[in-house]
Amino acid sequence: MDLAIKLIVLLPLVAAAIAGLFCRVIGDRPAQIVTTAALLISAALSVFLFAKIGFGPENAKAFTVRLFTWFDSGTLDVAWSLRVDTLTVVMLIVVTGVSSMVHLYSIGYMAEDPSIPRFMSYLSLFTFFMLMLVTSDNLVQLFFGWEGVGLASYLLIGFWYEKKSANDAAMKAFIVNRVGDFGFALGIFAVFMLSGSVGFADIFAKAPEMAKMRFSFLGMDVPALEAACLLLFVGAMGKSAQLFLHTWLPDAMEGPTPVSALIHAATMVTAGVFMLCRLSPLFELAPVASTVVTLIGASTAFFAATIGITQFDIKRVIAYSTCSQLGYMFFAAGVGAYPAAMFHLTTHAFFKALLFLCAGSVIHALHHEQDMRKMGGVRVKVPQTYWLMWIGNLALAGIGIPYILGEGIGFAGFYSKDMMIEAAYGVHTSIGLYAFWMGVIAAFLTAFYSTRQMFMTFHGTYRGDHHTWDHAHESPPTMLIPLYVLGVGALLSGYLGYQWFVGHHWHEFWGPVFSKTTGEVLHHAHEVPAWVKLLPLVFALAGIALSYLYYIARPSLAEATVKRFPGLHAFLYNKWYFDELYDAIFVKPALRLGRFFWKKGDVATIDGLGPDNIAARAQDVAGVLMRFQSGYLYHYAFAMLVGVAALVTYFMFAR
Amino acid sequence: MIIGLGHYLFVAAVLFTMGVLGIFLNRKNVIVILMCVELMLLAVNINLVSFSVFQGNVVGQVFAMLVLTVAAAEAAIGLAILVVYFRNRGTIEVEDINAMKG
Repeated sequence: MDLAIKLIVLLPLVAAAIAGLFCRVIGDRPAQIVTTAALLISAALSVFLFAKIGFGPENAKAFTVRLFTWFDSGTLDVAWSLRVDTLTVVMLIVVTGVSSMVHLYSIGYMAEDPSIPRFMSYLSLFTFFMLMLVTSDNLVQLFFGWEGVGLASYLLIGFWYEKKSANDAAMKAFIVNRVGDFGFALGIFAVFMLSGSVGFADIFAKAPEMAKMRFSFLGMDVPALEAACLLLFVGAMGKSAQLFLHTWLPDAMEGPTPVSALIHAATMVTAGVFMLCRLSPLFELAPVASTVVTLIGASTAFFAATIGITQFDIKRVIAYSTCSQLGYMFFAAGVGAYPAAMFHLTTHAFFKALLFLCAGSVIHALHHEQDMRKMGGVRVKVPQTYWLMWIGNLALAGIGIPYILGEGIGFAGFYSKDMMIEAAYGVHTSIGLYAFWMGVIAAFLTAFYSTRQMFMTFHGTYRGDHHTWDHAHESPPTMLIPLYVLGVGALLSGYLGYQWFVGHHWHEFWGPVFSKTTGEVLHHAHEVPAWVKLLPLVFALAGIALSYLYYIARPSLAEATVKRFPGLHAFLYNKWYFDELYDAIFVKPALRLGRFFWKKGDVATIDGLGPDNIAARAQDVAGVLMRFQSGYLYHYAFAMLVGVAALVTYFMFAR
Repeated sequence: MIIGLGHYLFVAAVLFTMGVLGIFLNRKNVIVILMCVELMLLAVNINLVSFSVFQGNVVGQVFAMLVLTVAAAEAAIGLAILVVYFRNRGTIEVEDINAMKG
C-alpha cells in the first residue's frame, strides 16, 4: 500500500516532467500517451486504495508514509509525507478519476492545438499538486499543494496566452487567490502559534486546549481558535470561489474546457471544502467560525444561482452553478455535516465534470461557439452528448423518486444535495434554517438554469450561422468515452455511496476522520420531517416546469419577463455588479497607488535624485568640457601658451 | 646710440610674439603656422647669438647652429606631411583640420 500511494502521487509528476521537458523530442502523441497512461494507472491504484481503506477493518483505516524531512527548525518539523485515510482516498478517487478522464478527453478536444505536450504536462502537473494537497499530513504540505494547484490553474487559464482576455483572467484568478492564501497562511501561523505544531495529528490532539485559549487584539478579547479557523476559512473562500472572493471563477472559463472541468469544477475549487473537512476537529470547536462558514456558504449557493439563470455563455452558466454547489458544500460543513459535504463533493465532481465536458463537446461541435443564443436544436447533431448532458443536469438539479427502494432512487445530486439541505434543517439553529431556505431556493434556481441551458442549447431551432451548423458533428470516441464514464458516475455514485458516506455505515466508512458530533448531525438530518425531505425536490421540479414554460412552451415569455423587470435582470446579468464594485474599490485605487509610486516615488524621487540625477550632472560637466576640445590646433596652442605664461608668471612673482 | 643687448633681446621678443600670435590668430593656412614656428625658432636664435656675443661664450653660437639644423629638418618634414595631407584631404585650411574634435 505504501508503494501504491507513492505511485499514485508521483506518476503524474513524472509524466508531467516527461511531457513538459522533452516535448520537442518526443512529440504530441507520446506526450498524450505518457500522461494519460500515468493518470489511468494512478486512477486504478486509487480504486485499489479506496477499497482497502474505505471498506477495510476498523484498525486499518489510515496510514502515513513519511517520504523525507522537508525542513526541521526548532520545534517546527515539516516532512514530505503521504497521509492516507478515508477522506484522502475519497479525494484520490475524485482527483485521479476525473483527471484521467479529462486527460483522455483532451486528446480529442485539443487535437488541433499547436502545443499539446505543454497542455498535457500542465494537466498532469496540476494533478500532482492536487494529490500532494489531499495526501498531506501537515498544514505546510497542504499549503504547498494549495499554491501548486493555484499555479497550475494560472498556467492553464492562461494557456491560450495570445488571448488578452485569457491572460487577464489568469492574473485575476491568481491575484484573487492571493487574498485567500494570505488568510490561509495567517491561519497556519496562528495554528502553529497555538499548538506548536503543523502536523494534523498533533494539532487535533491539542484542539480542546486550543479552544480555551484567547488573545487580545486592539483591546478586544478574541478566542484564538475562532480567529485561526476564520483565517483558514478565508483561504478556503479564495480557493473555492465563495461570496466576495468568487469573481475569478467565472472568468477562469477563458481556459480550455477540459481545464474548466478538471480544475474549476471537480477538483481544485473543492480544495476549500476538503480543507474544512480535514480540519473538522478544529472547526467543530469553533462555533462562530462555523456559523460564518454556513452563512457564507448559504449566501453563495443562492447568490451564484441567481446569476446563473441570466447568463448566456454555456460555460459561465456551469461556472456559476459550480460556485453555487460549492456554497452548498460549505454550509453543510458549517452545520457540521462534513460527510454530507464530502458526499456532495464526490457526486458533484462526477456530474459537474460531465457537464463541462458535454459543454466542451457542444463547443467543439459548433467550432468554439459558446453563446447559447447562437445555439438551439443541436441535439440532432450531437445526440449522445445530448443525453449525457441531460444526465448531468438532472443530477445537478437533484431529481429522483423518493421513498422507493429504501432511500429513494435518483441521480447523484438527489442524494447528496438533499442530504445537505436536510442536515441544515436538522441542526435547528437560526443559521441552519437560513441555510436550509437558501438551499431550497437555490435548488429551484439550479433546476431552472440547468434545464434552461438544455432547452436553449439542444431544443428549439438553431440560431447560429449555417456554415457552422453544416459542419457540426458528434465528438470523437476519445471524447465520448470519458463522457460515458462520468455519466455512469453521475447516475450511480449517489445511489452507491449514500449508505457509506452519510447513511447507516458512515462510521464504518469514515473511521476516525470525523467525530461523534458529526454523527449526531447526520442522525438529526435523517429524522427531519417529510416535508423537509420533499421540499427541495418539489422546488427543483417547479424550476424545471418553469424553465419548460419559458423556453419551450412560451418562448416569448422570457423576453417579456426581462422587459417587466429590467432593473432586476440587469442586476443579475451583471453579476450583482461585483466586478464593477471591486474595480472601483480595489483595482482602480490600487492602480492609482501603483502609478503614484511609479511616477512620483520611483521615477521622480529615487531615480530623479539618485542615478538619473548624477548621470545628468556628469553629462552637463562633460558638455562644458567638450567645448574645449575643438580639434583646432591653434586652440590647443593657445591653451598651452596661456599655461606657460601662467607658470612663468607664477614663478616670477611667487618668489 | 649704442646698440646693446637689450635691443637685440627686444627684437627677438617682438619676433617671438609675432610667431606666437601668428599661430593662433591665423585662420587660413597651415603653411603660415609652419612659418610662424620658424619665426619663433629664429627669435630664439637671435637670443642665443646675442647672449653668446655679449658674454664672450661661443657655446651659444654652436647651439644656434644646432637649432638651425633642427629647424631645417622640421621644415622639410612638416612640408612633406603637408603635401601628403593635401593629397589625401584636398585642403590645408586650418578650419578644416579638426579631426581631434571631441
